[in-house]
This record gives sequence, C-alpha cells and structure tokens, in this order.
Amino acid sequence: MTARTASLTVALVAGFGLAGPAPADDIGDAARGEALFGLCKGCHQVGADASNRIGPILNNIFGRRAATVEGFRYSKAFDRAGSKGLEWHADTLHAFLESPRAIVPGTRMSFRGMDDAQERADLIAYLRTFSASPANYPESDPTARPTDHDLDPAILAIEGDAEYGAYLSSECTTCHQAKGGDEGIPSIVYWPEEDFVVAMHAYKTGSRTHPVMNMVAGRLGEEEIAALAAYFAAPDD
Amino acid sequence: MKFNRRTFVATAGAVLAAPMVQAAAHGMPRVVVVGGGAGGATAARYIAKDSKGEIDVTLIEPSRTYYTCFFSNLYLGGFRELDSLAHTYGTLASEYGINVVHDYAVGVDRDAKTVTLASGASLPYDKLILSPGIDFVDGAVPGWDVSVQNKMPHAFKAGSQTELLKAQVMAMPEGGTFAMIAPPNPYRCPPGPYERVSMVAWQLKQTNPTAKILIVDPKEKFSKQGLFEEGWQKHYGGMIERIGPDFGGNNVSVDADAMTIDIDGSVENVDVCNVIPAMKAGHIAEVAGVTDGNWAPVNPTDMSSKADPDIYVLGDASQQGDMPKSGFSANSQAKVCANAIRGALTESRVFPAKYTNTCWSLIAVDDGVKVGASYEPTEEKIASVEGFVSQTGEDAALRKATYEESVGWYAGITADMFG
Repeated sequence: MTARTASLTVALVAGFGLAGPAPADDIGDAARGEALFGLCKGCHQVGADASNRIGPILNNIFGRRAATVEGFRYSKAFDRAGSKGLEWHADTLHAFLESPRAIVPGTRMSFRGMDDAQERADLIAYLRTFSASPANYPESDPTARPTDHDLDPAILAIEGDAEYGAYLSSECTTCHQAKGGDEGIPSIVYWPEEDFVVAMHAYKTGSRTHPVMNMVAGRLGEEEIAALAAYFAAPDD
Repeated sequence: MKFNRRTFVATAGAVLAAPMVQAAAHGMPRVVVVGGGAGGATAARYIAKDSKGEIDVTLIEPSRTYYTCFFSNLYLGGFRELDSLAHTYGTLASEYGINVVHDYAVGVDRDAKTVTLASGASLPYDKLILSPGIDFVDGAVPGWDVSVQNKMPHAFKAGSQTELLKAQVMAMPEGGTFAMIAPPNPYRCPPGPYERVSMVAWQLKQTNPTAKILIVDPKEKFSKQGLFEEGWQKHYGGMIERIGPDFGGNNVSVDADAMTIDIDGSVENVDVCNVIPAMKAGHIAEVAGVTDGNWAPVNPTDMSSKADPDIYVLGDASQQGDMPKSGFSANSQAKVCANAIRGALTESRVFPAKYTNTCWSLIAVDDGVKVGASYEPTEEKIASVEGFVSQTGEDAALRKATYEESVGWYAGITADMFG
C-alpha cells in the first residue's frame, strides 16, 4: 500500500476498519448482484418505487453521508457513525457488507455479513445502478479505485523511457500545448528532467495543489514520471 | 526528428522511382477514420504522426470547416467570435500526410472491409474508426424534427445552428421568453445545456434584461447543479426558471409554427425555443451494425467495438462506461485507440490505457467552474477512479483562474486535434 492509498483510506474511512476496496480491475457484475439483493429485500428497497421499510431506501447511496436518508429513524450507532464522517463509497460499502457490526458497532441491521469478496462486488455493482452515473454526472462518486502503476512489473522495468513518455504525454497535451505556448495553462516542454520530476512529485504527494494536476500526477508511477520527464526534456527527438 | 523523418520520406519519394513508392503504398496497412471531431481528428493525427509513414490514414469528414461544439456556448454569450471556433484540415493533410476526404460515409461492408462514400467511392480498410458524434432520436420531443430546426434550433452540433440560435436570442422582443427543452440522459456534454442557459442569460442581461429563461427538463438533477444554481442566483437573480419532472418537465411537446410549448397540458408562448432532443450514436454506427440500442458498445481497453474487432468507436457514439460524452473524453479515447491500432498493424509498443476528462463551464464573465475525473479499463467497463469538482462559494480569483485555464485547454485540445 502506497502513501497515496493510505491517505485515501484515512480520508474515506475516517477511522473505521477497512476490508479490501474494489480495485479498478475488480468491478462486480450487476446482474449477479441483482440476484444477491434477494438477501437484502426483506428490509431494504431500491429502485423507482422504493421507500423506507425496516431499513432505509438504498437509492443514491454512493457518495452519501451515512444515516442521512430523509424520514428514516436510524439507530444511535448509525447516527454517530454518520456524524463522525462515514460516507458510502465502493470501499466503505465493501467493508460494511463484509461485517456490518465491525464497521458500525451497535447497528440494528441483523445481517451478519458477506464473506465472498466477489459477491460483495456484485452486490455493490447492482446498488451502483441506482445511484448517479458518472457518465451523466461526472462529479458523482467514482466506481473503482485507481490501479497503482508503481506495482506493475512491466512498467517497473521501464526507466526514463522516452517512447513511453511520448505515449503518456498525449494525456498532457490535451491541455498543455505540445509546441509550448502559455495561455492560461503553462508550457511544459524543454524542462530540465530534474525540475519536471520534482514538480510532478510535488503534485503527486499534494504538496503543490491543483485539482487537475493532483489527479493526473496521483496516478502516475515513478517510472512514468521519469518517462514523461525524458520525453518532455527533448520532445522533438 | 519526427519532422526530419517525414521530410526525408517525402524527399525519398520524390527522388526514387515512382513504381517502388506505389508498391510500398499498396503494402501499407490502411486505417479509415469516419468523423473529424475530437475523436476522429485526434486518432487520425496520432496514428499518422506516430507511425511515421508506416500506416496509410484516410479521414472522412463532410465539413471543410469544423466548428467545435465545445466553447460554442461562449459564442452565444459574446465571449468568443464564431470564427475562433472554426478549424480546417489542411495541416492534417500537409504536415501529417493524412488523406482528408470531404464526403459522407454511407455504408460499411464488414466482410469486404470497405467503407462506401456518398460519391460512390469505396475505401478499403484494415482498421476502421467510427467517431460520428451524435444524432437525435426520432420523435423524442413530439412536434420537433430536423425539418423545423430553423424555427426551433438544437444548436448541439455547432456551426450554422449555433449562429441561428444566437441571432434568435438577439432578436427577442423586450421581456420575451427563451425556452430550452433539455435532453434526457445520456447526452453529449452533461453541463452543456446549463452553461448555455448561463451564457444566454449573460447576453440577455446586457441587451434585454427583463427577458425570461425557461428550462423544461425531464431530469431530476443535472451536472454541477449546485454551482450553476448558485451562479444563476448571484448573476441573474429571477431571470431563470426550471421546470423539472415533478412539474411536467418530462411531458412536453412543441408547435414550431405557433411557437408554443405544451408542458404537461399547459401551453406557453415563447420567443426562442432551443430544443435539445434525446440523442443516439451518429447514423453510420447504426449502418455499420455496431450499435446495441442507441449507442455502440466498446471494449474498455482499446475502444474496439464489441461487435467487430476491426472497428473502433470513439467519443459520444460509444458506450464505454463511466466517461461522460465530451470532446475531452473523445480526445482521450482517441489516443488509447491510436496506440492500440498502431500496435496491431505495425507491432509498435502498446501501453496501458488511461483515460481522463475535464469539463469546464462558464457561468458569467470570469466565473468558470470545472468537473473532472480519471478512468481506467476494467472487465466490465471504463470505470471512474478519482475526480474533482469546483466548490460553491469559491473566491473570484479562483473562478477567474479556472476560466483562464479553460481558454488554455481550448488552445491545447484544438492543436492536439488539428495539428
């Protein structure tokens, strides 16, 4: 687990225990999840005509603070968890579904938990279909966790690879002009490699702040940053 | 070096015997790209640029002058000239050697691997990229079809429609009503209709301050809603009214001759009516048989069609998962696709897919906001993994910087598309 994943975990879970969040390559199957939802139906409803029953309605759960469904009377335990900052995302739902009482001690939810990570992923994928879709509402909750490219052995083997940097640079040149130019967005061509690496790591760790750059740099591995630096130092080669 | 290499190839072609060049050209793998927008132009340029003459690239685009849909709202608001949104394909032809054909693609024979043009010509391909943008769903708004689009413009394909809509806004009677029929999900540019409302409001505030804006919306909510509503209150208090589905916004029909709209049985007279109907993939995707319902499903790792491994679908027409339909998304998908196609045709290195999107919107002068996310391929779909969005209550300096950033982005992406 890298520093970035750790800080995300702290930010999202705010002190609650955490099972494995769904990584980007492990999204569940919503159709299988629909069948599994049979386990929840006794207490929860979801969909167009859903209402609060024994448990709260599960529409629009992604990105929502826990214990905030209007008109539902929560246990003290859940109210407390919500006010302490528990929010529902793919990772917190995974942890909760694995062991509800471990995450919210004192919850009235009688479900003991779901051991199989794939089943949890399937159920979460099904629930996701009743929350805002990122395709229609780009600001809505992400559906997966970024892959950590530092861990990819194929990329670990690459060092300051300018050809890989040229490919990666296409993400940069949507905004930063490939031929230089400085109009609202700074030029990034012909930088000394070291300066480039320092700047990108500052965005990656968050010590320099800019939402776009923090996001872009955050998912670049060290070798990828080196590759970009090699490419942008001499983009014409 | 890229430039030098190209120069060298050109020189060699001129000096060496013609038959040899012909033979080389015939043996070259061929990519045909349909649609010269953010997806197609980018893909054509990257394949031509990075293959350094090893792949024969043809770009089919009916328009000689392309007007970007992104930033066209800023023209409505008076922040851009229409000419500043116009782009041509000369650089793609002259600097990158792309064969630019201004014609309509009307047929795809997937067995013979050919594309037929309206002129009757037939172009063979090894790999075909379809990036046709959107068309409108027939009957989506009763009373509206493209035959009345001059009375009630959509202006969701930029150019003459955008110009027409602006002329209508400028000709509104004092205190008149501008109505927008907003589209259902999913559609091109999620914040687009609401940025448009902001820009029309900005224009009317200068020239017709007692005018009203009425949004008829089938959706319960919309992208950046909190940011837009805060901005509308701040800059245009009282001018804009939105009727959502709770009050009949999902039950609307229009009469273009009478210039009326019927909202759940209640008829309103309007002076301008911007109808943005439900959307589907550009027609050629359906003709090629790669659509399932309104959109063309694709594989998340390389944007190849789920129906045909030699066809790729980019941008608005594709159904890929979590990415919004936007020019930024199409441009991002095009680069992943270009890398994959080069790998398949010339055995160049194929790198892992990464996708990004950011949508900037202008609410009033120097009041810009943005929303963005990064995406990765999974087995199921392209999944969002991280994102950010502007916050309500941000200070004026940050909003101004965000707007300036969007201007820089426009320069960047158009250079990335057209060279």
